[in-house]
Amino acid sequence: MNRSVSGPRSRRSFLTLAACSAVLAGCREKDGDTGAQAIRLGLFGALSGSEAGLGQYTDMGATLALEEVNAAGGVLGRRLEMVREDNRTMAGESATAVKKLLSRDQVVAVIGDGNSGRCLEAGPLCQAAGVPMVSPAATNPKVTEIGDCIFRVCFTDPFQGAVMARFARETLHLSKVGLLVDASAPYSLGLASVFRERFAAEGGTVVSEQRFSGGDKDFRAQLTALKSAGIEAVFAPSYYHSGGLILRQARDLGFDGPMLGSDGWEAPELLEVAGRTAEGSYFPVHFSPENTDPLVAGFLDRFRRRFGKPPTGVSALAFDTLQLIADALRRAGSAEPPAIRAALASTREFQGITGRISMDSGRNARKPAVIIGVRDGAFRFLRVVDPGDPGRASS
Amino acid sequence: MTEFLQQVLNGVSLGAIYALIALGYTMVYGVLRFINFAHSDVFMLGAFVGWATVERLHLPTRSFGGGLAALALAMVVCAILGVVIEKLAYKPLRNRSTLTVLITAIGVSLLIQNVSQNPTIGFGPNPRAYPELFPARQIHLGGLTVSTNQIVVLAVTVVLLAVLHWIVHRTRTGTAMRALSFNATAASLVGINNDRIISFTFALGSALAGAGGVLYATLYPSIDPLMGTLPGLKAFVAAVLGGIGNLPGAALGGLLIGLVETFVSGTRLSTFRDAIAFAILIAILLFRPAGLLGKLKVEKV
Repeated sequence: MNRSVSGPRSRRSFLTLAACSAVLAGCREKDGDTGAQAIRLGLFGALSGSEAGLGQYTDMGATLALEEVNAAGGVLGRRLEMVREDNRTMAGESATAVKKLLSRDQVVAVIGDGNSGRCLEAGPLCQAAGVPMVSPAATNPKVTEIGDCIFRVCFTDPFQGAVMARFARETLHLSKVGLLVDASAPYSLGLASVFRERFAAEGGTVVSEQRFSGGDKDFRAQLTALKSAGIEAVFAPSYYHSGGLILRQARDLGFDGPMLGSDGWEAPELLEVAGRTAEGSYFPVHFSPENTDPLVAGFLDRFRRRFGKPPTGVSALAFDTLQLIADALRRAGSAEPPAIRAALASTREFQGITGRISMDSGRNARKPAVIIGVRDGAFRFLRVVDPGDPGRASS
Repeated sequence: MTEFLQQVLNGVSLGAIYALIALGYTMVYGVLRFINFAHSDVFMLGAFVGWATVERLHLPTRSFGGGLAALALAMVVCAILGVVIEKLAYKPLRNRSTLTVLITAIGVSLLIQNVSQNPTIGFGPNPRAYPELFPARQIHLGGLTVSTNQIVVLAVTVVLLAVLHWIVHRTRTGTAMRALSFNATAASLVGINNDRIISFTFALGSALAGAGGVLYATLYPSIDPLMGTLPGLKAFVAAVLGGIGNLPGAALGGLLIGLVETFVSGTRLSTFRDAIAFAILIAILLFRPAGLLGKLKVEKV
């Protein structure tokens, strides 16, 4: 009885579905017609999942730049359009997302994830297709080593690790540091190895190294082992969702030395999870909202008006990424991927929100780092460190 | 030595939560002979109920009263949820093969996870910070540092285990539960209402999972709709390790898994933590197939 009812019903719903998809297909074709005029860019990122903050702030920064470019008349007399794909913070999803952007949406340039691991996954696909990919915040050196189509507008891990080693030694006067490393993230491993090397070169010792893996929530065992090794500070290169829990548990275990992190810690969620336990932690970022440059102030103001909250560093980087691509389009005078790639590679002294961007021969932007400290429940700007010499404070 | 004791403390507070979840698996197995995979999602929902008491009902944070109220509310809501899941999903399948029920359980688990991940009808997929339910302070005992949260976790677990022991061994319903797990047909022949007892078992197990969820989120204050999967799996291992269907076994298994994980994490082998926990499970099953405290029953064909 049941079965005889469900037969026709399921067929009807199948027909409805087929009709709907036919209509949708029609829409898509029409979309394609107007798309011949708009220049289509792609963005893939962690718009949901455990690093959703990273992806959403990236998207907001890029969206603001996109709207401003279009409001100013677009590029080459054409509108810019951005197709977003969500990889849900999951391994394997970025490749699928980028395949779709490249084959179905036919984008001419891709704005990458802020996470190095996921850029390493998607980069080779862009390289093979000859479509330039620019990551706002992937700091692992291997990302741009994929090939001549892969760019970044941020500093790299060796630079970031060196900055933190020098900061720990010269500003905080530390001599014994313990490492807490995410063994599943190339980002974390890369930073830790540079820090270890540079900190030793500066005369300090890395007393102990403990490891965890991606989704872990319990760090008490590792932190207890570090504390027993007699460390003065912990360096835990990681993303904010681990960072917040690490801070909380370190203080729970009665460790009160400085906690050093990496640029992945810069998110309001870090403060939400860690609460008061975030006091006395330090990490490097790409951009300081306390910078008084009118360019930065204007960006902060427009961002706040558009999204109702202040931007994070990755928003500023994503804003610069899209502006940089628009600039490359203008200089190339064409929306063909090879021309955009060549124009991106020859970027010199492009004035962005996060500083002057020049692409070096390795397609990495050369820019200073800013050290942030947590005071009274807020991120406070401490000092700017110049890339030429990672130790010399210029502020 | 201090490090050793500190790690024991870390391990025991993690293990206590595994024990609470493991009890739910083992009780349901005891009466129905199947693994309720949706149990880990009830655990997750418990954590979210605790979150909602502060964020929606505005109970005070950082107070023992507010914390215990959140805990109690999470237990009640989860108990009701457990019964609803049992009535809707498992009761219609009462006389089907165990495999059918098992697959249904996986379906229920996926349903809860996906509904919870939906931003409009659920909580959305993104992790959120957990409010401080209990006042968090550190107590220094010699070189040891104990957080009040760890004390709360241990105290609540001990009380719940004592209450559970009392229910199972000293009340009529508990006796009926044991009778049912011993022989369902015989139990119904002596006048036990099997359906009622099964519902009660689900309520009891789910309440413990709800408490576990709140306690877990108190120790690790970041929650998301998929947070139950891994602790659920570990608790399942703990239940099997202790001897599935055996209550003291589940508690012992939970403690052991918590301790092993913590001690492995504190060494150079930290990335092999889960591998070692599961290797121990395999070893136990090879040499003591019924688990540590379980008695091997010969199935008559």
